Amino acid sequence: MGPNPEPNVSRAVEESNRRMLRARDAMDRDYAKPLDIPTLARIAHVSEAHFIRVFRDTFGETPHRYLQRRRVERAMFLLRETDRSVTEICFDVGFTSLGTFSRTFSDIVGDPPTTYRWRAADLRAVPACFMKAWMRPSSFGEASARREG
Amino acid sequence: MPNRITHTQVFVLDQDVALDFYVNKLGFELNTDADLGFMRWLTVNYPGQDLQLLLEKPAPPAYDEATAEQIRELVTKGAAGMAGIIAVDDVHKTYEELKAQGVEFTEEPTERFYGTDCGLRDPFGNPLRIGTPKEGPFEIPDPEQMAVEDWS
Repeated sequence: MGPNPEPNVSRAVEESNRRMLRARDAMDRDYAKPLDIPTLARIAHVSEAHFIRVFRDTFGETPHRYLQRRRVERAMFLLRETDRSVTEICFDVGFTSLGTFSRTFSDIVGDPPTTYRWRAADLRAVPACFMKAWMRPSSFGEASARREG
Repeated sequence: MPNRITHTQVFVLDQDVALDFYVNKLGFELNTDADLGFMRWLTVNYPGQDLQLLLEKPAPPAYDEATAEQIRELVTKGAAGMAGIIAVDDVHKTYEELKAQGVEFTEEPTERFYGTDCGLRDPFGNPLRIGTPKEGPFEIPDPEQMAVEDWS
């Protein structure tokens, strides 16, 4: 038996990876557009059922989840850096329902969008030099000892 | 003391396809194409720059077949590292020209603190960036802020 008994199998994997990568790139690039599974499967040149399974095998999560994480990551940025409303941001990043957006955001980030924005703004109001000083982890536990005392 | 990069490397799955892409699309020129027996030593460089990019095919004897296969899998998943960051005078013009030639872009030209750049892939999946750097000095945003900005 040679070192590579099934070269055609590995070529097929490479071709499949490349197609899945194209679909993932489309999600990174066009997250704000209404990307659904049929559209992504077309980009990858495979059937819908096949696409979901192979994408998950390739990148470790379903395409739906990957797209949601991409959209939420963009929403986090807009919540922190702009004054746009939560509803506007929801649609800006490609969600079509405010309920789904809030629920998905909370699932991924741990806080709903409004709370996240409020916390982020709270941090921004603090001068960077104070943040740096006070958020620096203490090597010897003095800070927590002081708080308890 | 080490003070200069003369060669850097990118894994490619097909050296002829790679040569066509890096020369005819990205504007490199052929530097060396030598059959060493155990490998084809293939490098390109930009005219006037002495930095060579080695277009290396992962294969025996340098890599056993199973390892070469793993490398090919990583390349096609876009996970084998960045092939390069390339500077151009007018990133918007270059973007339009390359897009018209069918080059696969992952990101449109986007303005950032260091300049305007865009993302693309070579035919195998390797990421590249092309941009027009801003004249320095510029202010680097704090890491907290950079973490949530768009770097894909």
